[in-house]
Amino acid sequence: MSEKAKEHRYESGLAVVQSGKVSDPGIEPHRVRMTDKSEKLERTANRQVAALFIASAVGSAFSIFAYFAFPITSDLGTVRSNTLWLGFGITLGLLGIGIGAVHWAKTLMPDAEVYEPRHQSRSSEENRAAAIEIIKLADQESGFTRRKLIRRSLYTALAMFPLPAIFFFGGLGPNPADTLRHTMWRKGTRLAKDPYGTPIKASEVTEGSVFHVIPEGLQDLTDTKLEEKAKAAVLLVRVDPSVLKPIAGRENWSYDGIVAYSKICTHVGCPVALYEQQTHHLLCPCHQSTFDLTDGCKVLFGPASRPLPQLPITVDAEGYLIAQSDFHEPVGPSFWDRSAN
Amino acid sequence: MANQATAKKPGFLAERANFLDERVGVAGILKEFGRKIFPDHWSFMLGEVAMYSFLVLLISGTFLTFFFQPAMTDVIYNGVYGPLKGAEMSIAYKSTLDISFEVRGGLLMRQVHHWSALLFVASAGLHMLRVFFTGAFRKPREINWVVGFLLFVMGMAGGFTGYSLPDDLLSGNGLRIIDGMIKGVPVIGAYVSSLLFGGQFPGHAIVARLYSLHIMIVPALIIVLLAVHLFMVVIHKHTHYSGAGKKDNNVVGYPLAPVYVAKAGGFFFIVFGVIMLISATFTINPVWNYGGYDPSPVSAGTQPDWYIGWLDGALRLAPSHLEAGWFGFSWSWNILLPLIISLVFLFVVGAYPFLEKWVTGDEREHHVLDRPRNAPVRTAIGAAGVTFYAVLWAGASTDLIATNFKMSLNTVLTFMQISLIVLPIVAFWATKRTALSLQRKDREIALHGRETGRIVRMPHGEYIEVHEPVDKYELYKLTAFESFAPTLARPNEDGKITVKARMRAALSKFYFEDRVTPATQLEIDASHGHHDEQKAIEAKPAKKVATKKPAAKKSAAKPAAKKTASKTATKSAKAPAKKPAAKKAAPKK
Ligand code: HEM
Ligand code: FES
Repeated sequence: MSEKAKEHRYESGLAVVQSGKVSDPGIEPHRVRMTDKSEKLERTANRQVAALFIASAVGSAFSIFAYFAFPITSDLGTVRSNTLWLGFGITLGLLGIGIGAVHWAKTLMPDAEVYEPRHQSRSSEENRAAAIEIIKLADQESGFTRRKLIRRSLYTALAMFPLPAIFFFGGLGPNPADTLRHTMWRKGTRLAKDPYGTPIKASEVTEGSVFHVIPEGLQDLTDTKLEEKAKAAVLLVRVDPSVLKPIAGRENWSYDGIVAYSKICTHVGCPVALYEQQTHHLLCPCHQSTFDLTDGCKVLFGPASRPLPQLPITVDAEGYLIAQSDFHEPVGPSFWDRSAN
Repeated sequence: MANQATAKKPGFLAERANFLDERVGVAGILKEFGRKIFPDHWSFMLGEVAMYSFLVLLISGTFLTFFFQPAMTDVIYNGVYGPLKGAEMSIAYKSTLDISFEVRGGLLMRQVHHWSALLFVASAGLHMLRVFFTGAFRKPREINWVVGFLLFVMGMAGGFTGYSLPDDLLSGNGLRIIDGMIKGVPVIGAYVSSLLFGGQFPGHAIVARLYSLHIMIVPALIIVLLAVHLFMVVIHKHTHYSGAGKKDNNVVGYPLAPVYVAKAGGFFFIVFGVIMLISATFTINPVWNYGGYDPSPVSAGTQPDWYIGWLDGALRLAPSHLEAGWFGFSWSWNILLPLIISLVFLFVVGAYPFLEKWVTGDEREHHVLDRPRNAPVRTAIGAAGVTFYAVLWAGASTDLIATNFKMSLNTVLTFMQISLIVLPIVAFWATKRTALSLQRKDREIALHGRETGRIVRMPHGEYIEVHEPVDKYELYKLTAFESFAPTLARPNEDGKITVKARMRAALSKFYFEDRVTPATQLEIDASHGHHDEQKAIEAKPAKKVATKKPAAKKSAAKPAAKKTASKTATKSAKAPAKKPAAKKAAPKK
């Protein structure tokens, strides 16, 4: 405290008190406007303001007319004319009033600058003294400072009383438990086309083609369709098997150059839906994370950190592509105990 | 007409006023506020634009609530918009389509709502910059700066919650990003996400929840904050720009009634009218093109509303592979780092008045605004902040920049990452230098008048350029500012120099090491001898000689007085004049 008092020796802080400042000549004299000088111009301005207000009234009336004259029908073009003409009418209604009022103020109302005093925000010494008296009195009468037990128990009560509300928020949603770790994919789930859900035969997948894939049966879900889709969406690509770099433990996760990777970005979860044929790169449109499809979808570029999880696939007896199992790791954005099991 | 009426009877206005006064005693209020003086300047309208766009948001938003249904239940669309017929979508999205295609004036109102939201945040931001660069946040207005800052943040919140309501592909993707970011928060992330979305993303709850926030909580907070904001403006009275007759203990301008009632009232209609015109003619957020939310498809080149761009940019600019697996847990630094940087940036903006006051130690009230040049370091800090924000913002468009300019994404990103650190420093330095040279120019003009381009030859053969002295009002404006001197770290009572004192000394050196002092009357008088001589000669031959300009380009005559001027205008004595302060202040990486 005392150190502070010393540091702030001057009200003005570090401002240099300069002697011999140029003195203030006072407010500049008012310049007379044309409308003040000429009665003719004043009359013109008067008429202009009125004309603007009348234009406004006409505009508002027009927009009512437009409401009926330009209804919306099943022809989509009518939406445009409805929007346009209603909007023009209201615009005129508004701008007429606005410009009219401002024009009135600028041309016909006095434009000489005037001034009034301004007082410090700090109250007068008397008022401050009176306020301090009141605080003291209130303290004395209640014994707020004196009665320590009451005061402290009150603090405790006040600190506790909002806490139940926090717990009430617990009802907002369930514990995520392990929902983040599993998707709809099971051993034998057929890979199906997004969005119609028709299963895909390995023979359909020609080299270089891309399929947006959902698990078969997703379409039949009612309540949780989007939630499951948000985890299970997969991108399926067939490349020349020789360009795929082998990854230990995943040798038979692909089928004849067909690979399936989670489409949910490991950054913050956008669908990684852009495939570049020449480079075999997958690109996330949200923040441009780029993944190398030929190398286990590891991150080449962008803010993502982890490769896209791979879905192990194979074909069933009828030649349809199926999953060998669920993903072997959680898909999508990271979360705190993601690597725990 | 009105005049005659008042002569006979009390008149229309007086009668109404009497009715009200006898019931609620309005005369006292009117007496207090009716002729309150408001200073006039175009830059004071920015805050007004923000306020009026908020009113337009309230009006248009209320209209939308009558038709919008915040439910995520699946329905099959069978409305008039052909391309989506038969598509599955949420009720929220369907009702947005219905507002657009089946309610008369519905699309117009949606566009009014969206355009005014964009204008609201934009004008609030510009208003904030005006307040910053003119030093209007200084005592006693620090609290009001914080309130205004919160208003700006609430504006972004209002915008984000509203943007997410239609449940279209774009807004759903925005929520997906929020979900991913929340999940990245250590320890609680996954739980918070589940609470927010009512289970797994996207769930069926989020639109209704955002709706409560969007039409109730956020607007209510904005209204309360706005009321406090305006209340404080009335208490403090508006600041005015420095100039003759403008003092810390007066307020110069026009009276509320009638001039401001007409101007400000009229201005509301103008703002509303301009929003209406834009909304009638320009499409915004054509949600029917995107389709309802589906976690699988995307459209490339999607952009959030402009005011969210800087946060999106922060996410994009994070380098690859930041995530760490410390102690067996996921530390998503690729999310946390941008988040922390954004929050720190916001915090610094919100707390700036207190920071500056600590440095200057200035306890006085300030009601006369600074010209930005007269606070070079503050202005430079502002420029650096704006640049930082702008780079983050541009960072949200790395993909568009890359495709439009046919560059590799990698190059653009690296360029942006470097810019984020380098450009603010460059902006700081350039702005500070510019402000200082403008100050020197002002000083020059105060001392010698404005250059006229006319050259005269003195009897002894010297050529000088005629300078026209400025009038007293201009002169006052040019010299009416204070300069601050850096402080030293002084020992306290125990003879110790505390870390705090050292920090304060370092900061005050950073702020005030380079400064230009205003010309004093004494200096101006001293330079006058010279002017008189000049005038005497100019009286006759000026015109003739003036044509000979080129020959005399070198004005050898900016002599003695200028030298004294530049002497006072250099570094303050104590500071060991080393490198420019800007260098040292550069954030360490
Ligand atoms: C705090 C200021 C506000 C901002 C920045 C804001 C912003 C937005 C935005 C950007 C949208 C998306 C509109 C679209 O393009 O479809 C929106 C939607 C909506 N807003 Fe607001 N709003 C604000 C205040 C309000 C208020 C006060 C209300 C109601 C009283 C309201 C009601 C609505 C409704 C019902 C929708 C959904 C309708 C639709 O999407 O078509 N808003 N808001
Ligand atoms: S979500 Fe894919 S890069 Fe951010």
